[in-house]
Amino acid sequence: MFRKIAISAVSALALTTGIAFAAGEGGETENHAFSFEGPFGAFDEYQLQRGLQVFTESCSACHGLKFVPIRSLVDEGGPHLPEDQVRAYASQFTVVDKETGAERAALATDNFPANTGVGAPDLSLMAKARAGFHGPYGLGINQFFKGMGGAEHIFSILTGYTGETKEEAGTTFYENTAYSTGWIAMPPPLVADLVTYQDGHEASIHHMAEDVSAFLMWAAEPKMMARKQAGLKAVVFLTLLAGLLYLTNKRLWSGVKGKKIA
Amino acid sequence: MAGIPHDHYEPKSGFGKWLHSRLPVVSLLYGTLMIPTPKNLNWMWIWGIVLTFVLVMQIVTGIVLAMHYTPHVDMAFASIEHIMRDVNGGYMLRYLHMNGASLFFLAVYLHIFRGLYYGSYKAPREVTWIIGMIIYLLMMATGFLGYVLPWGQMSFWGATVITGFFGAIPGVGGAIQTWLLGGPAVDNATLNRFFSLHYLLPFVIMALVAVHIWAFHTTGNNNPTGVEVRRTSKAEAEKDTLPFWPYFVIKDLFALAVILVVFFAVVGFMPNYLGHPDNYIQANPLVTPVHIVPEWYFLPFYAILKAFTADVWAVQLVEFVTFGIVDSKLFGVLAMFGSIAIMAFAPWLDTSSVRSGRYRPKFKAWFGLLAIDFVVLMWAGSQPASEFMSWISLIGATYWFAYFIVVLPLLGVLEKPLLQPVTIEEDFKSHYANPAE
Repeated sequence: MFRKIAISAVSALALTTGIAFAAGEGGETENHAFSFEGPFGAFDEYQLQRGLQVFTESCSACHGLKFVPIRSLVDEGGPHLPEDQVRAYASQFTVVDKETGAERAALATDNFPANTGVGAPDLSLMAKARAGFHGPYGLGINQFFKGMGGAEHIFSILTGYTGETKEEAGTTFYENTAYSTGWIAMPPPLVADLVTYQDGHEASIHHMAEDVSAFLMWAAEPKMMARKQAGLKAVVFLTLLAGLLYLTNKRLWSGVKGKKIA
Repeated sequence: MAGIPHDHYEPKSGFGKWLHSRLPVVSLLYGTLMIPTPKNLNWMWIWGIVLTFVLVMQIVTGIVLAMHYTPHVDMAFASIEHIMRDVNGGYMLRYLHMNGASLFFLAVYLHIFRGLYYGSYKAPREVTWIIGMIIYLLMMATGFLGYVLPWGQMSFWGATVITGFFGAIPGVGGAIQTWLLGGPAVDNATLNRFFSLHYLLPFVIMALVAVHIWAFHTTGNNNPTGVEVRRTSKAEAEKDTLPFWPYFVIKDLFALAVILVVFFAVVGFMPNYLGHPDNYIQANPLVTPVHIVPEWYFLPFYAILKAFTADVWAVQLVEFVTFGIVDSKLFGVLAMFGSIAIMAFAPWLDTSSVRSGRYRPKFKAWFGLLAIDFVVLMWAGSQPASEFMSWISLIGATYWFAYFIVVLPLLGVLEKPLLQPVTIEEDFKSHYANPAE
């Protein structure tokens, strides 16, 4: 009985509390080849810089990035921007100083501001908090080959608008093929040529969605490059160690154990 | 140390003799490292060393993580992000610790199934087995407590569901649940005590591991034949055994290195593969995740919990007989804990006089089915509730219990075992040529 009550309570809650929180389930996520995928994949710092521009000029109007320190834009393996550029970038935000309690321009050492104005979710960890790929049959095989699909999910949301809208209880919903329920409260955030890329890259919806998805993956996992490098070193050296131990073991046992006969 | 006859440590230097007469610690180390070990141990006997390594790794990474973690509902989630972004190497420490838990459980399951197949639980190793089961239970508790600490959505709702089990106890359940949580619901008091206990339990596990090793060093290792090492004389024992150092230390280290290659590939290249995306969403008591699932290593038992719904006639019967005291919720909880507890009774439920499954043709098939059952239950536990899944879980859970309560006792009587080798040496010689030839 408990389980039935729990299940109906859960589904009732899920249905009523909405849309913005239904994580990771359902929807059609398109597989997309990002430069950072696979053991040898790396972030493209120019793409991250373009993604930062899209985030700043579009997403940041409603979404925050509260766990990301602005100074990390300088980091190698990230957008890798020059320090004075990052300081100048930071000064456009206003933050409340923790010590004085007064408002001031943000410094590079502050985090990106939180933005709770319209109830849009914070994007700091969005690329890890969503899984675009599932199954098949709950076996995790797709995730093994394609990755968890967080960045792909964001990309698919941004490019998944069909143009249809509907109104329910005073809220407008937009049809979106990637969204779990099919109808999302976020209006289409990108239109062609919304931003002007300094590198002359074409600002199509497809490109902007791709760039900002890569940027949000970096925001969620800023140490990904360092992690993969450390992982690769560990795998190489441990393989070497395993090889040496194999030979040691073989030599050690050769006096005890002859050829296998049965 | 009692048991298999072997050389003992003799202090040679003046200091060695001086220390030995005051604290025979070198003797203890010598006895532990040089213990005569059956020379026919196969690759399933490596998991003990892997587990010891992972325990130490979890404690070391955990202690450093605790230096940077804040157990407070408003700060815990942010402090994890602080570890991931600001602490030097913090992302690596955290991913090692997080995936270390998975390696820990993978190794312990293989270790337990090794014991079940080769009859390592049988006399005279019952105490080793039971201590092992207590360690496993504490591991589950520690794993659960640790999963709550990042204070993500799955942390919070997992804690709510698991502590809810205790609420199912008739009469005092609600009071116990409140006592465990430190309040009416999962909140700051819960997080604080979970952190405290998550730090404590690994050291309890470490102490029990020492006792576990002490116990089987007293009885001697089991081995793939299940035939005991001869102990009438040292010369005879030496034909069946080799000293742990260097033979098994090097072998185990080789196996550990191979396993760590895979482990570091997971940590380096796909550290979130075994996790749940929802745990990167900060805990929110007002929003329930669509689908609450535990970590993979709890799934078989989660499936058993979910298997016994109010539609099952056995559940209805028990509810009727107990005048409603054991309802389907309590039944599920009892089944889940029972499915773990039943394993501890294996030494007395298995009536066969033959120890190793290698010489038990019928047992092999039933054991294979148990291993498949475990994997199927794990899969069923991960799936959303549906009628089909309930059936799979119910069949799986029933077989799990039937294996221990029906199959093990009956097989000992019904099965005609194969001929066992008389000694370990004989078995070894029948498999490997003399190296001199």
